[in-house]
Amino acid sequence: MQGELSIFYTFHFYLFGLIAVVSALLFVTRKSPVAAALWLVNTMFCLAAMYVLLDAQFIGVIQVLVYAGAIMVVFLFVIMLLNLGHPSELADARGLGWKLAAGFVGLALLAEVFALTRARIPLPFLELKPGALAAQIATEGAIAPIAKPLFTEYLLAFELTSVLLLAAIVGAVVLGRRRQDAG
Amino acid sequence: MMLLQSVQEAATQGSATGTAMDWLWLVPMLPLLGFVLNGAISLLSATTLGPADPSAAGHGHRDDGHTAHGHDHEHPEPHKLAWLTSIIGSGVLIASFGVAVAVFMAYRSSGAADTAPIVQTYFTWMLTGDLSINASLMIDQLSLVMVLVVTGVGALIHVFSVGYMREDPGYPRYFAYLNLFVFFMLVLVLGANYPVLFVGWEGVGLCSYLLIGFWFSDKANADAGKKAFIVNRIGDFGFLIAMFLLFANLGSLDFTVLRTAAAGLEPGGVLVTAICLFLFLGCTGKSAQIPLYVWLPDAMAGPTPVSALIHAATMVTAGVYLIARSSFLFSIAPFASLTVVVVGALTAIFAATIGLKQWDIKKVLAYSTISQLGYMFVGVGVGAYAAGVFHLVTHAFFKALLFLGSGSVIYAMHRAYHATHSHEDAQDMRNMGGLRTQMPWTFALMWVATLAIAGVPAFSGFFSKDEILTSVFVRARGSTLADATWFGVPGNVVLYACYALGLAAALLTAIYMTRMMLYTFHGPSRTGEKERPHLAEAPWVMTGPLVVLGVLSAIGGWLNLPAFVPVQPTTSLEHWLEPVVGKSALRVTHGAPQEISHSLEYALVGAAVLIAAIGIWIAFNRLKPETLVPKAQAKPEEGFQRVLEHKYFVDEAYDKVIVRPTFVTSRNLLWRGIDVGLIDGLMVNGSAWTARALGWLGSTLQSGQVGTYAWVLVLGVLAVLGAVTLR
Amino acid sequence: MLAESLFFSAVLFVIGVVGVLTRRNAIIIFMCVELMLNAVNLSFVAFAQVYGVAGQVFVFFVMTVAAAEAAVGLAIIIALFRHRHTVNLEQINLLKG
Repeated sequence: MQGELSIFYTFHFYLFGLIAVVSALLFVTRKSPVAAALWLVNTMFCLAAMYVLLDAQFIGVIQVLVYAGAIMVVFLFVIMLLNLGHPSELADARGLGWKLAAGFVGLALLAEVFALTRARIPLPFLELKPGALAAQIATEGAIAPIAKPLFTEYLLAFELTSVLLLAAIVGAVVLGRRRQDAG
Repeated sequence: MMLLQSVQEAATQGSATGTAMDWLWLVPMLPLLGFVLNGAISLLSATTLGPADPSAAGHGHRDDGHTAHGHDHEHPEPHKLAWLTSIIGSGVLIASFGVAVAVFMAYRSSGAADTAPIVQTYFTWMLTGDLSINASLMIDQLSLVMVLVVTGVGALIHVFSVGYMREDPGYPRYFAYLNLFVFFMLVLVLGANYPVLFVGWEGVGLCSYLLIGFWFSDKANADAGKKAFIVNRIGDFGFLIAMFLLFANLGSLDFTVLRTAAAGLEPGGVLVTAICLFLFLGCTGKSAQIPLYVWLPDAMAGPTPVSALIHAATMVTAGVYLIARSSFLFSIAPFASLTVVVVGALTAIFAATIGLKQWDIKKVLAYSTISQLGYMFVGVGVGAYAAGVFHLVTHAFFKALLFLGSGSVIYAMHRAYHATHSHEDAQDMRNMGGLRTQMPWTFALMWVATLAIAGVPAFSGFFSKDEILTSVFVRARGSTLADATWFGVPGNVVLYACYALGLAAALLTAIYMTRMMLYTFHGPSRTGEKERPHLAEAPWVMTGPLVVLGVLSAIGGWLNLPAFVPVQPTTSLEHWLEPVVGKSALRVTHGAPQEISHSLEYALVGAAVLIAAIGIWIAFNRLKPETLVPKAQAKPEEGFQRVLEHKYFVDEAYDKVIVRPTFVTSRNLLWRGIDVGLIDGLMVNGSAWTARALGWLGSTLQSGQVGTYAWVLVLGVLAVLGAVTLR
Repeated sequence: MLAESLFFSAVLFVIGVVGVLTRRNAIIIFMCVELMLNAVNLSFVAFAQVYGVAGQVFVFFVMTVAAAEAAVGLAIIIALFRHRHTVNLEQINLLKG
C-alpha cells in the first residue's frame, strides 16, 4: 500500500499508533472497570486500523469482529454481571511505591527490548521483495493469501484449534454452573 | 615345640641364622605373653570376685606416704590366683633372660660379632610412598647389653615383687603391667629403626603411667601418673620432630642405613644440630633431665619395685641408650653434644642439692637417680659413649639395689604400723633410725650400694663414674667439643666447668647417700615403742634379689676396668661396644684415642676418691641422727633449707608460668572463644540460623497471591532479557 | 513500517505489563493480558509484511486462542466471585505458604 501515497500512510500510521498508546495508558489507569474496558476497545480499533495499513486487511476486520466485538463484549458482560461498577469496588490499584516500581520495571523492559532490536535479524534471504504482499493481495484479494496456507500447511493447527475451542466451551460451561445441591 | 618352630620360621621369613639368635623374638614376646595371661587373670577375677577397692588403700603397701589414711575396715584379701600370677609373672622374665643369654652367646660366637648387626625383620609395618618402615629387631653389641640389663635386673625385681606385692588385691594387674613394661622396654632397645624404638618409647611411658597410678583411688597417685605421662609427651614431641627431620633429609629411619647416610651431613651444621637437639629434648623428658625432670619425684607414688625397675634401672635410661644409638649423629654435632654435657652436669648438681634435704627415703633416691642420669648424659655428651653405657649398667645394679632395699625397709615399717594401727608415714626417714639391728642383711647390702654410688674404689660405681669424669677432663684438653663454642663460651672452658660440677656433684652424692644411711639405719630408733618389736627383716623372696644385686654392685666394675689397672681384662665393655660407637667416639677425639700420662690419670682418680671420702666423712661428722625427731614432731625448715626441701619451688614455678596460663588460655580462648563461640555459636548454630532465615525469606515468596507471582515473573523476564542483552 | 510497528508493539506490551503489576482487580488484569496479546499481534503482522503471510496466519490462531482463553478465564473469575464475593486478588490468598 505504500508507494505514491506513502506520506498519507505514514501519517495515518503514526496517528493511529499514538491514539492506541494513549488509549492503552488511559485504559490502564482507569478506576472503573467499564471505563477501562471501553478504552481497551478503542485501542483495539486503532490496532485494527494499523493492521489495514500494514497490508493485513483481513486481520484488521477479524480484529474488530472477534476481538473488539466478541471478546471485549464478553468482558463487559462479566463486569456487568458481577456488578463491579460500584464505587466501593473501585480503589484497586496498589500504592504509589508499587506504581513507581512497576513504572521502573516497565521502562527497564522497554529499554531491553530496544536493545534487542539492535540485533541483526540473521535471515535476510527470507525477506520478500518490498511490496510483494501488497501485490499478492491486489491479485488474489484480501482473504486468499491467508486462506491458502491456513488450509494446507497449517491444516493440523486449524483442526486442533477447533478442539481447543470445544474444550474452552465445555470448560466455560462447567465452571460457570451454579453448584448443585447434595449432588 | 613344633608349633613354636613353625611360628618362628614364619616370623623370620628367611633371614634365619640357624642359631639361637633366631629365637630373638621370644625375648620381648615372653613378657607380652605374661601380660596377656596376667591381664586375663585380673579381668576375669574382677567379674568373679566382685568390685573391690583397686587400691590397697587403708592397708597394704601404699608408697606415697603423704596422706594419712584412717581406714579400719576389713583387711583386703590377697588375690585368689596370686600364686598363678607369681609363677607366670616372674617365670616369663626369667625365661626371657635365659633366651637373651643364649642369644648373647650365639652372637658372640658367630663371626658377625665384630662387624655387622643382625637384623630380624618380621613384617612390613608401613609402606607409603617413599616411607618404608619394617617391624624389625636388631641384635648388636649395644642392644644386647641393654637387653641383658633389662631382663636380668627385671627378673630380679619381678621376684622381689612377688614378696612385696603379695597382699595387694590388684596383684595380677600389677604383674600384667610390669610384664607389659618389660615388653615395651625390650622393643625399645631391640628396635632396628627409630619408629620401632619410638613404639617402645611410648609404650614404656604408658606403662609408667599405669604403674605410677597403680593405686589410683587416691587422687594424688593418679595425678602423679598423669604428670609423668604429660611431661613425657613434651619430650616425645621433640623426638618426633627429630624423626621427621631425619626422614625428610636422609630418606630413611633405619639405624644401619642412617649410619652410612649420616656421612653426607655437614658436620656441625644446622640440620644435624637441630636433629640432635630435638632428640635430646625427648631424652630430657624420658630420662628426667632439666627442664622435664619434675615427673620423677612424683612418680615415687607408685609401688617401690616399680620405682626400682622403671625409674632407676630401665625406662629412665632409655634416653642414654637413644643418644648412644644415635652416636653417629651426635659425634658430628659439637654444639648439641656440648648442650647435652651442660644440661647433664647442671642436672647432676641441681638434683644432688635437692637430695640433701629430702626426708622421704624414696624421694632421696629419686633425686639421686636424676643426678646419676645427669652423669650418664655427661658421659655420652662428651663422646664417651661406652663410659655412659657403663655407668648405665652399674647404676642399674646399685640403684635397683637401693630402691629394693628401701622397699624392704618400707615393707617392714608398714608391717609395724599396721600391727599397731598407727597412721604415721612409713617412708619418712625421721620415723626410722637404728634399723641395722632389726634388718642386718638389708643394712649391709644397702651400704654396698651406697659405697658404689659414692664412688668408693673397687665398687662398680667408682669405675664407671671415674671413667666419665676422666673422659670429660681428657676431652677438655683436645677434641671437637673443645674446639667448638657454646653460646660464645669456648668448648674447653665449658668442659672444664662441667668436670668441676661433676666433682661437686660427686661430693654431694656421697654426702646425701651417707645421710640417708645414717638416718635410716644408724643412730637411735625413732619409730616408736609399740612398733619397734614388729620391725623385722623381709622374707627371703625379697632379700634374695638384693643379695644378687649386691654382688653385682660390688664386682660390676670388672665389666670395664680402666686401662691403667694392672689386672686383666681391662676395658672389656668398651671393646665390646666398639663396633657400634667406636667410630663416633673417635670422631670426637680427632680420630685418635686419647692418651694421657699415667700420672695425670692417677691424679684424676685420686681426686675422685678423695672427694668421695670427704663426702662420707662430712656426713658422718656433721649430720647427727641423734638430733632428729619423728616426723610428727618435726619443725618446718627455714631459709635455704626450706628452699631445698621444696625442691627450689620448681613445680610451683612451672605451675604459675606454664600450667596456669595454658589452663586460662584453654578455658577462655579455646573453649569459650573458639569452641563455644565460634564453632558452636557461629558455625553450627549460625548455619541453622542462616538456613532458617533463608527459609523465612523464601516463604515470603509463597504469599499465595497472584500479584506477587506476577512480579516475580516479570522480574525474571527482566533478568533473562538483561542477560541476553548484555552478552 | 517494520521498525515503527515494533516500537509501538513494544510500548503497548510494556503498558500491559505495568498494568498487570499495578492493578488488583482480576478482570482488569485479564484485560491487560489481552492488551499484551494485541501488542504481539501487531508485531506479527508487521513481520508478515516483510517475511511472508505466515505471520498473519499466526495472528489468526492467536486470536482464536485468546477467545478461548477469555471464555474460560472469565468463567473462572465468575466462579471465584461466587465463592469469595470479591475479585480483588489480594484477598484471594488461600494458597499462602
